[in-house]
Amino acid sequence: MSERVAVRKTYKLFIGGKFPRSESGRSYIVQDANVALASRKDARDAVVAARAAVKGWAGATAYNRGQILYRVAEMLEGRRDQFVALGAPADEVDAAIDRWVWYAGWADKLPQVYGGANPVAGPYFNLSAPEPTGVVAVVAPGAPALLGLVSVIAPAIVTGNTVVVAASPDAPLVAVTLAEVLATSDLPGGVVNILTGRISETAPTLAAHMDVNAIDLTGVADAELAADLEVRAAENLKRVLRPAPAGHDWFADPGVARMTVLLETKTVWHPKGV
Amino acid sequence: MTATATSARSDLSELGRSETALRTFLHGLPGVDQVGAEQRAAQLGTRSIKTTAKAQAIDLAIRMVDLTTLEGADTPGKVRALAAKALRPDPADPSCPHVGAVCVYPAMVPYVAEVLRGSAVHLASVATAFPSGQAPLDVKLADTRAAVAAGADEIDMVINRGAFLAGRYQEVYDEIVVTKEACGDAHLKVILETGELATYDNVRRASWLAMLAGGDFIKTSTGKVPIAATMPVTLVMLEAVRDFRAATGRQVGVKPAGGIRTTKDAIKYLVMVNETVGPDWLDPDWFRFGASSLLNDLLMQRTKLTTGVYAGPDYFTLD
Repeated sequence: MSERVAVRKTYKLFIGGKFPRSESGRSYIVQDANVALASRKDARDAVVAARAAVKGWAGATAYNRGQILYRVAEMLEGRRDQFVALGAPADEVDAAIDRWVWYAGWADKLPQVYGGANPVAGPYFNLSAPEPTGVVAVVAPGAPALLGLVSVIAPAIVTGNTVVVAASPDAPLVAVTLAEVLATSDLPGGVVNILTGRISETAPTLAAHMDVNAIDLTGVADAELAADLEVRAAENLKRVLRPAPAGHDWFADPGVARMTVLLETKTVWHPKGV
Repeated sequence: MTATATSARSDLSELGRSETALRTFLHGLPGVDQVGAEQRAAQLGTRSIKTTAKAQAIDLAIRMVDLTTLEGADTPGKVRALAAKALRPDPADPSCPHVGAVCVYPAMVPYVAEVLRGSAVHLASVATAFPSGQAPLDVKLADTRAAVAAGADEIDMVINRGAFLAGRYQEVYDEIVVTKEACGDAHLKVILETGELATYDNVRRASWLAMLAGGDFIKTSTGKVPIAATMPVTLVMLEAVRDFRAATGRQVGVKPAGGIRTTKDAIKYLVMVNETVGPDWLDPDWFRFGASSLLNDLLMQRTKLTTGVYAGPDYFTLD
């Protein structure tokens, strides 16, 4: 009997809940695997998918979003070994799983902490409610590959935003494998979209796109590129998260800042009856 | 012109006089090769149209749009806003051309006419008990006359599909003839509702029937049934208008309607027009898109080409 030939995996993009190749047909090689090299048009398609998903995801109950984030943690737990085999240290995988659980818990608490009744001098109920910003473009940090990625995706989506993530060009395998986890976690298609390839190609398109509401530059190492992206983002007044400072400790308590920066506060005045 | 062509021409004009002649002619049309038509249409959809060619195609497509609203919830305010948009689709860019026409229900025609007066944008109105066409003939004709009197210069009529499918071609033919008379100077577009005709052979027959009866345009659909305009159906209709011009010398326009929502789709249709009937039809007088959401996508793509930045729907009107 002839020797069995192992089936090798092509690491593809994650757009709208599906795993398409790049429309450009290009790929590049990382860790001996073929990875799709996303083009500007893939970025555009991802924004379309993310926009289409906003209504359903932002409209889902906070409780439901929390359950789904917890489900992601469950699925990730089941695939620990796969991430370890890709080179992620075991303690980092653990931290990434715990981070999903931590953010899952915030889903229905954040609106209570950052919204509520305001005292006003008049016969009105005055209520503030935090609402998601919309479509968020994210440039993910390269290291730690898994924990960094989870730490930028989870806080954005837990409040009802949808994201288009430009994964680090050096660590795409972890990103696509995480996409496989997300695809099996009841997360609606389009809430998270992941592009692999050159940041210099996808990020400027996302930063300039008029249908993107915020951009998170955490993973942009080049200061000049970061400034350029910020200028492009100014065209439609996107919210901008500046790059993380060098030596940022991803294992530390993340705090709520990453969630609150991607929220818009809606305040309602309502006349009080007698 | 040769003697045979002249006699063929007079033969065709005689057809409407008897049910038998009409049936013999329509059933004598060659059958449509379904697989071939679908393959050809799919193949024409693979052309790559980029940069300056794309810019030209987008401007042409905008000029070909029949900006349509056919809802029970249409109000004078809504149709006025739509008419204003037809005149100046992109307020931010004066170089953007106006659309071909505005298409509304007869009751809404006066409000649109006010806005469009003096402009080159046509005013189309659906009539003849749109979309089903299931009303007595007097009612359909009164509907048509009212729309024309109110200011419509194009009438979109529906054919009597019940009669067509039952094989009563004469009845369908006569209805188109009298509706054409009721239109006066207004152009008549004949809606075949291809989604209800079931086969490509029927589409070809209905196309010929509408053209023989005097229709100025043949239109695929009302947009009110699940299957609207498709590439293969439009291909069959384009072939029919080409053959009809070859046989009679009269040129008839084509209007696919319903289901065309993206610039990519619109450009596929333009490629198909150019490849099957030629550039004579690449003009708003001879080819139109019945659409509502298509225009915003065309405008977004146009903006992308002029600014280099992908546009978002937040910056275009909702209608």
